[in-house]
Amino acid sequence: MNGKIRLITDTHCFHCGEDLPDKPYHSDDKEFCCLGCQGVYQLLSTHNLSSYYLYNDVPGSSQQKKVQRFDYLDEPDITAGLVDYTDDKVTVITLFIPVIHCSSCIWLLEHLHKITPAVSQSRVDFLKKQVSITFRNQEISLRQVVETLSAIGYEPLISLQDMIQKQRSDHSERNLLTKIAVAGFCFGNVMLLSFPDYFGLGNLDQEFKTFFGWINLAFSIPVLLYSARDYFISAWKNLKNGVLNLDFPLALGIAVMFIRSAYEITTGTGAGFVDTLCSLVFFLLIGKWMQKRTYHYLSFERDFRSYFPVAVTQLKNGKEQPLPLNELKTGDRILIRSYEIIPADAILLKGEAKLDFSFVTGESLPVEKVLGEIVYAGGRQLMGAIELEVVKPVSQSYLTKLWNNEAFSGQRDPIKTFSDTASKYFSIILVAVALAAGLYWLNTDTNRAIASFTAVLIIACPCALALSSPFTLAAVLSIFDKNKFYLKSTAVIEELARIDTIVFDKTGTITNPEAIDFDFTGELSAQEKQWVSDLARNSGHPLSREMVKWLKLSPGFPVDHYREKVGRGISGFVDGHELKLGSAAHLGLDLQDKGSLVHILIDGHYRGYFLSGQRWRKGFKELALKLDRQNDLHLLSGDQDHDRKLLTPFFPGTHQLHFGQSPQQKLDYILRLQQNGAKVMMLGDGLNDAGALKQSNLGVAVTDDINNFSPGCDAILDGTAFSKLPQFMKQAKDAVKVIHMSFVISLIYNAAGLFFAVQGLLSPLIAAILMPLSTVTIILFTSLTARFYARKNKLL
Amino acid sequence: MNMIYMLIGFSILLALLFLLAFFWASKSGQHDDLYTPGVRVLFEEEKQEKVPEEKSDEDHPAG
Repeated sequence: MNGKIRLITDTHCFHCGEDLPDKPYHSDDKEFCCLGCQGVYQLLSTHNLSSYYLYNDVPGSSQQKKVQRFDYLDEPDITAGLVDYTDDKVTVITLFIPVIHCSSCIWLLEHLHKITPAVSQSRVDFLKKQVSITFRNQEISLRQVVETLSAIGYEPLISLQDMIQKQRSDHSERNLLTKIAVAGFCFGNVMLLSFPDYFGLGNLDQEFKTFFGWINLAFSIPVLLYSARDYFISAWKNLKNGVLNLDFPLALGIAVMFIRSAYEITTGTGAGFVDTLCSLVFFLLIGKWMQKRTYHYLSFERDFRSYFPVAVTQLKNGKEQPLPLNELKTGDRILIRSYEIIPADAILLKGEAKLDFSFVTGESLPVEKVLGEIVYAGGRQLMGAIELEVVKPVSQSYLTKLWNNEAFSGQRDPIKTFSDTASKYFSIILVAVALAAGLYWLNTDTNRAIASFTAVLIIACPCALALSSPFTLAAVLSIFDKNKFYLKSTAVIEELARIDTIVFDKTGTITNPEAIDFDFTGELSAQEKQWVSDLARNSGHPLSREMVKWLKLSPGFPVDHYREKVGRGISGFVDGHELKLGSAAHLGLDLQDKGSLVHILIDGHYRGYFLSGQRWRKGFKELALKLDRQNDLHLLSGDQDHDRKLLTPFFPGTHQLHFGQSPQQKLDYILRLQQNGAKVMMLGDGLNDAGALKQSNLGVAVTDDINNFSPGCDAILDGTAFSKLPQFMKQAKDAVKVIHMSFVISLIYNAAGLFFAVQGLLSPLIAAILMPLSTVTIILFTSLTARFYARKNKLL
Repeated sequence: MNMIYMLIGFSILLALLFLLAFFWASKSGQHDDLYTPGVRVLFEEEKQEKVPEEKSDEDHPAG
């Protein structure tokens, strides 16, 4: 263990674990990759917080990125929307910090008071990656708190969406837990008090029987009025809308059970079904909880607002001042610094604009703009600061206009689940059987008629049925979760089983944004390759780094007279030869650059060029082959068609490849497919896919870091699990099969109960045994079968 | 036999107390974050030399 730590500290940055450059930074005999990491280390060690490095190896994250500016946090209008609570002494704010990833993070963030004593409390919620900070606002400002966090490498992500819908605290899960607690409490007590009667233990006095009966009845009231309340409300609402869902027979069963029990106990004619009533509600609520227990710490509802910053720097009368984004008007002049995002369509007035639109349009190459040109919102500036004049407000920009489309405003039809369809017929048959049984006995024996009518409604109360879907789907959900496929809700699984058409985005979805592939044209000997690798090793440029990785050669020769022109090329002497690498313009070649080319000159002779391109995600080829057998595959790319030839083999039928698609065109394309009756699954990653993701029956956002921004969707797929897509689809189909099977099992239980019920012979004991037995059978069957199929599909 | 009335009364009262305790815990947010407190309890108050994972395993009772 110690040996391993030594190894890491020797060759990697002590703070973040990145590779060390040739001349690393030193502090206390530790080595760092950049000034940022060194700075964090020094700050922590001066505040006696070095334990941070003891809890985990290399707990930090790379500090090489540009630091964001937080001057907008001094504006009271902006901060008012961000804080949870504030008075004239303290302020409480909850911040989302995406880099939280290990126990060291928790430790450091909860010891924030050691750095800034004005922070009185800080609490981390690890799964939600949030920290809640209480600070004395007389001694420190919000901006200073955020800047301190940023200084120790924990920069919070503050977005426009935070401001607009400050997370409404969601207590629905807490309420559900309380309801389960009440139902469980009553169920336990009622069961104890019912046992003597069931088994006739000892010679019970009539006195005790009545006493226990009354206590039981008392216990059933909170269950009926509090725990089971939602079933009555839902059944009533649906009935008013003319829909028969599963809640109707459930509510009916619960109500009838209570009325009959109350009647029997008050008149002293029987023990009632209180035991069954409480267990039913208890199990039902557990099923509901299983279904709800999804990944609330992942956000599936993000839109452009969580991508955009909260404020932008406005230039007014020659002065810079932060302006909340929603107050930005046409004609305003704004200043965008490097690595900032352009928030609204604007005209470039000053500066050199090189913009990365990959997230918005899917185009992988940065775009250069000249003065006077229109710059669309959503691009990230890669060069120095630029000045712009806004031509359209934020909500009307080219990109954000997409959200005004009806696909976003209208409520999408809820996913049709099997249990919804089945319960319609179930309810009708149930009521019919109950009435038939009641009418049959009505002529001969009125009491028996009532007994059989109510007994049918009680015993057929579809408890097992109501649980089969939640338990199957919850099991599948957790299997998917283990495989890094995160679904918004359990209903998504059933939708996944119905998909027959799959539409892919290109950049970032089927290509891996992290890995770059090279293709060399020309001739290089092994010796010369070694020189190229040695020269490139000196550069920090991403292309050089990728090239070194791709060449896979160990360091050979030292480099003399190394020179680098940032972003253009590098040169130096290796093993006595002069080498130049870079763009055609840099090397003085009269060639047209197409795509990202790296040309090579050795001793003044042109030797060829490396063409860099993106690499397909691992397993994409096999995936396309597998999926093509059962599904219709399409490709929609915002990119130009330079990859058409490469991609054509994956998509049989060339008419299904479409390039240069705008976000709106993507949305319309999905709509057209749906109008032809297709069930469409869209896989995308950027904002430009947001419309298509929303419109499709099942929108899946593909991402390499699930905490990064992903557009609104039904599911989030981790890039490493991309090749498992066919298995996920198979598993979803199997899950539906399991639901059907468990449906049959619960019907058999119902039929057995009905056998007693229609004869009016249902005793409380039979009900009390049948109900939990069927429930336990269903829970075991669904969880085990779901896991069995998962193993078969190689997901476990 | 009358003792039973009293015993049942007491047992229900006791159970009610536990139920109320659960309500209080739920209301004060103890079930909102089930992960972080488990990590937090392993941190030591003062600076330590040893890697905590090794130490906490010894201290931790079985189960």
